[in-house]
Amino acid sequence: MSGARLELDGIGKSFRGLRAVHDVSFDVPAGAINALIGPNGAGKTTIFNMIAGVYRPDAGSVRLDGRQVSGLRPDLVCDAGVGRTFQIVKPFKGLSVLENVTVGALHRRPALPDARAYAADILMQLGLHDRRHQAAESLTLPDRKRLEVARALATEPKLLLLDEVMAGLRPTEIDVMVTFLQELNSRTGLTILLIEHVMRAVMALASNIVVVSYGEKIAEGTPAEIARHQAVLDVYLGEAEPA
Amino acid sequence: MSLLARLIGGVPARSLWCLGVLLVLLLVAPTLLGKYGLSVLILVLYFAFVGQAWNIMMGFAGQLSLGHALYAGVGGYIAAGLFFHYGIGPWAGVFVAVAAAVAAGSIVGYLGFRFSLAGVYFALLTIAFSEFTRIAFDHWGWAGGSGGLFLKVDATSDILNLRGGPLLFYYVILALAAGTFVLCRALLESRLGRYWLAIREDPEAAQAVGVPVLRCKMIAIMISAALTALAGVWNAFYYNNLFPETAFAMGRSIEFTLAPIIGGLGTLFGPIVGAVVLTGLGEIFTDLSEVFHISGLKQIFYGLALLVIVMYRPAGVWPWIADRFGFGEKRR
Amino acid sequence: MTADFLLSLAQAITKGLLTGMVYGLMALGLSVIFGVMRVVNFAHGEIMVVGMYLAWMGFEYLQVSPMLSLPVIALIFFGAGYALQRAVISPFIGRPEHQQFLLLLAIAILLVNAYLVVAGPDSRGVQMESQFDSYELGPFVFDAVRVHAALTAVVIAGLLWLFFTRTRTGKSIRAAADNNLGALVVGLDVRRLYAFTFGVGAACVGAAGALMITIIPVTPFLAAEYTLLAFVIVIVGGLGSMTGALAGGLLIGVSEAVAGLLLQPSLKSMVSFGILILVLLLRPQGLFGKSGP
Repeated sequence: MSGARLELDGIGKSFRGLRAVHDVSFDVPAGAINALIGPNGAGKTTIFNMIAGVYRPDAGSVRLDGRQVSGLRPDLVCDAGVGRTFQIVKPFKGLSVLENVTVGALHRRPALPDARAYAADILMQLGLHDRRHQAAESLTLPDRKRLEVARALATEPKLLLLDEVMAGLRPTEIDVMVTFLQELNSRTGLTILLIEHVMRAVMALASNIVVVSYGEKIAEGTPAEIARHQAVLDVYLGEAEPA
Repeated sequence: MSLLARLIGGVPARSLWCLGVLLVLLLVAPTLLGKYGLSVLILVLYFAFVGQAWNIMMGFAGQLSLGHALYAGVGGYIAAGLFFHYGIGPWAGVFVAVAAAVAAGSIVGYLGFRFSLAGVYFALLTIAFSEFTRIAFDHWGWAGGSGGLFLKVDATSDILNLRGGPLLFYYVILALAAGTFVLCRALLESRLGRYWLAIREDPEAAQAVGVPVLRCKMIAIMISAALTALAGVWNAFYYNNLFPETAFAMGRSIEFTLAPIIGGLGTLFGPIVGAVVLTGLGEIFTDLSEVFHISGLKQIFYGLALLVIVMYRPAGVWPWIADRFGFGEKRR
Repeated sequence: MTADFLLSLAQAITKGLLTGMVYGLMALGLSVIFGVMRVVNFAHGEIMVVGMYLAWMGFEYLQVSPMLSLPVIALIFFGAGYALQRAVISPFIGRPEHQQFLLLLAIAILLVNAYLVVAGPDSRGVQMESQFDSYELGPFVFDAVRVHAALTAVVIAGLLWLFFTRTRTGKSIRAAADNNLGALVVGLDVRRLYAFTFGVGAACVGAAGALMITIIPVTPFLAAEYTLLAFVIVIVGGLGSMTGALAGGLLIGVSEAVAGLLLQPSLKSMVSFGILILVLLLRPQGLFGKSGP
């Protein structure tokens, strides 16, 4: 797999007249790791849902390697090369860990044995291989977060959308996940966009950060630039100290 | 060969042995059983077959249908009507019957799934369509209206027209039940089957990993409707009469759901075990209530048995048996 | 000719509205139970038929009018509903729908066949003196029993509304319905509230049964039809909405009466199912439901 370039061009979305996201544009270059940050309720997950096809944007467009994906159904967006995790994890509870990831792998490997072998390989990389026969509902929260990542990766995406996969993890677990993502990115060139509140992970991973507040983009830049950005500081100090 | 290998791959040897012995026993059963025993076994196989058909939709794909009598009724009526009016035998008529049931299933499915109805709401839609059709058949002259449609009872064996004694119907329903068992195993061990399980567990997450949810649900309802229509055709020619009041009754739809729920939803053996338990209980209670001469007593025993099963074995009887005796099939 | 037709149409509509009030009360019970516990009561019609039989027995053996036995029946049903919820249904809250369905189906089978054993398959009705009375208003003629039943249903619905908006328990139940976890956090005894709710729902449907017997005779086999009817009404009105249940009852009552006039009577439930299908497809949350299913 290799990474794809993501372009958001003036996308917006309202719910029953309430403006959730307005005129947000940014690019994620192929092979980059970028972060999307902002206070709770700023519209980050709504942006993810527009990229992943859950919502159709009211305005603007989303392109992957120049091809328009906004307005496609989620399964077709996945087909185009976008893998995503859910902020509130959504494992297939009754299925085993291995079967969870196998479902993802089946997308590009229609034969069940191939898909299962590929899924096992991904579980190995994420350290879930020992638990592969356990039911997904018996996993702890950090393991469920890893399962989300594994299942998304199994679809062999060119762009991976990670929605707060570090939340609830202990500092050592965060470091493990950060290392895994860095290694994955440098080995495969997979493009990654992450929503994250854990600043330590954001600073370690992201080459570029986009900040949204009240549904609008208020800043974009390198971690160093964002750390000094007045508007960003205002937003965060107005709410709470970032973790 | 590779298909066979895939079908039996990962199944413990002792389970395969048990299956083989069971099949042989079923094949020779008519020589071992009397008339009564055979009629009971026919009932077991019928409920196992139609239960497997329903299990594909609910147990595999997670879509609760309480209107499956629609497909059995449409299938049975069409095959019986073609034979009755035009002398077209059921082996040909069954194609029309199945096609009509699949069409009906597609309409119910498309409307329900297109508008994302799930759970109880979808179940009510299926009931509404089934009831709607029942009333329509009550007023449809070709199908005999509320007076019913009767096939001439004919004990001379005429396999071409599916006319004959219980033995013929026994082997037909055995073939259907056994064939569907293999089909279910093949489906579960395929991409489609895994996609169904994913949809059952979480449709949104399934779609995010590339599962075409609407298409998979449509295939589930179409396969399920087709198999249920076969059961309806078999049933119409076995009993030789059809009434809208019974063919499309909500009670019939509910009857279809009991064996898989009691046996264990989503398992291969659940519907079969459930059919054995239910039919067995039914027969025992019939005998018991005949001793007391009180109508309704049989159903009270039946209701109590259901209550006990759902309270103490909510996941079904089969997963519990499988666990205890090491057959190793769990709900997937 | 046209004037005659219009008069009989108006007559059918008023008759439908009056019956619809009782339907609404029956559906209200189902809606309250679902709204609070998220349990779909598949034995609803069967429970109502118990109420019809009790009222009939009171009339037949003790010569008590169903209107007078109604409060007693409602009270008994409240207690029985409370106990049933506590003993049997409680563990099933939050379980998969098909398990709840099987549980309530088993209860329904038990109830139907219990009356079959006790009362037999014959149809049982009450012959009250007011049966043939009527009120006249201009050209309209109203059956007295229907008017009494409808008025009583309205009064009971009003009492229920007062209970949910004015009493402490009623408000707590609504709080638990809105936010189960929140209710637990502020220390409400959710389990007791659930049992209470099932009791209230059962009392509603028991009272509806006592009213229904004055309009229509009862047989054990009617029960499943009433369950279905109650479902049609609450889905059309909006599952979990009290206004919706009442409005749905009126709508289905009127549509049945008008369909019975314009079409063959045997086609009247086809119209109800037609309305149900349309509502499910176009507005699945129901006419008065707040959010989607």
